[in-house]
Amino acid sequence: MDHIIHLLQQNALMPRADMARLLDLTEANVDVAIARLEADGIILGYQAIINREKWETEKVTAVIEVKITPERDGGFDRIASRIAKFEEVVSCYLMSGGYDLLIIVEAENLRSAAAFIAQKLSTIDAVQATATHFRLKTYKENGASHQPESAPERLAVSP
Amino acid sequence: MSIAVADRMRDIPRSGIRDFFEIVQSMNDVVSLGIGEPDFATPWHIREAAIFALERGRTGYTSNLGLPRLRRAISDYIGKHFSLRYDPMSEILVSVGVSEAIDLALRALLNPGDEVIYHEPCYVSYAPSIVLAGGTPRAVETRAVDGFAVRVEEIEKAITPRSKILMLNFPTNPTGGTMQPPELAKIADLCVRHDLIVLTDEIYSEIIYEGEKHTSIATFPGMQERTVFLHGLSKAFAMTGWRVGFACAPKEVIEAMMKIHQYAILCAPIMGQDAAIEALERGAPSVAAMRREYELRRNFITRALNDMGLECAKPRGAFYVFPRISDTGLTSKEFSMRLLHEKRVAVVPGTAFGPCGEGFVRCSFATGLDQIKIAMERMAKFCDVLLRPS
Repeated sequence: MDHIIHLLQQNALMPRADMARLLDLTEANVDVAIARLEADGIILGYQAIINREKWETEKVTAVIEVKITPERDGGFDRIASRIAKFEEVVSCYLMSGGYDLLIIVEAENLRSAAAFIAQKLSTIDAVQATATHFRLKTYKENGASHQPESAPERLAVSP
Repeated sequence: MSIAVADRMRDIPRSGIRDFFEIVQSMNDVVSLGIGEPDFATPWHIREAAIFALERGRTGYTSNLGLPRLRRAISDYIGKHFSLRYDPMSEILVSVGVSEAIDLALRALLNPGDEVIYHEPCYVSYAPSIVLAGGTPRAVETRAVDGFAVRVEEIEKAITPRSKILMLNFPTNPTGGTMQPPELAKIADLCVRHDLIVLTDEIYSEIIYEGEKHTSIATFPGMQERTVFLHGLSKAFAMTGWRVGFACAPKEVIEAMMKIHQYAILCAPIMGQDAAIEALERGAPSVAAMRREYELRRNFITRALNDMGLECAKPRGAFYVFPRISDTGLTSKEFSMRLLHEKRVAVVPGTAFGPCGEGFVRCSFATGLDQIKIAMERMAKFCDVLLRPS
């Protein structure tokens, strides 16, 4: 299972036949294993990694540190899931350290990002404070480098 | 005028690989499975440590034996991974790759006419290095049916009163063969009985599959005192160009090897030695990640070769598969040449690694999966014509 997850994380579009040969399984075995990972909710979805430097778009990404007041019954979970439900929020993590939630927000432009933070996020009762950082440039995302090294030069044949 | 080179050079053949390399070099669009080095660049943390050392101005000579800190790192690494104890101050020498260490050991140990037993198919330098050191090479054949392990009785048959050294290389380049501990124990016993010195090149020892653990011949009773253990950073740590290898042996052997090394080479480059410290101390996760990748490719290429009618077992170690091509009716050289010219895929003829490599070719899977896939598609078409019943 770990091997299949590892291959899918490297390239979710890898043909099943290649995966079967790499893992020394049949294609049917691979299909069953992936179907199970999906059914068990271990695989939540498949996405493309986009180079924002090349995609002409106004979209902005903000990383927001959020301090919240935990609730007596639900701790951080209820409020965290409430924040995570906003469609602007693409990731939401509970963190150790100086703040509680780290959320990543994607918005169509700077104005809509600001509106989300000022009108939606900050106005939630349990939110004590926020600190917003905007992404300026990406060097590496989900393991994919934006300036990959060229393959090392090697001799055509060597002993 | 033509310069007369030394007589002894006349008997040393050019490496078969070099001839082949020159042809491949002159062609375009070749997918090469002929490369005996990792396709990965050296892991970044190792390169970064070397850059840091350069920034601090570490650019001078080192001790002939190598940086003391590196020798301690080697001693710890060999202790941890091979259960062998060597004194970093007197029993370890850092060399310019294992190739230099092989030459040093042979020159330090052989008297003219002493015989060296080694197993074929093997790395291209063994027989010439023995000859250049004044020894007489005695090859012992290994076979596909044994997974290219060497049979103890074959070694015994090759022993004469002049036999001095047994050279071993497991996992093996070019076959991927390995030895199981019970068989190694028999070889160890034979070496003790016949008072043979063992020169063991264990450069591929980290690249071993299916969770198996490598065992060194030096760990058997009575062996460490008669073994020259050779290892290096090139393969497991993807550090071929840094040229760092090492020899571990009893101190009188290291002392003799050091005399040649200090006059011929002085020391291994300090940049490589600094990088090697980082690799040995903190490189294990990178080695494990590369091994996982090789294992997947091994599964892929072995199945693809068998599917096209080129029989081969899954190699247990190294990053080579050694399929039998004799059913095509071609010799190893004909097969490799025609495959290169007709389908632009480079594999190395088995005969480059000794006469008993006839009927086989070496395919390296130290190449990206996309390249391996293209090579397998082209080879399948090539073999389809040759193996189709007429």
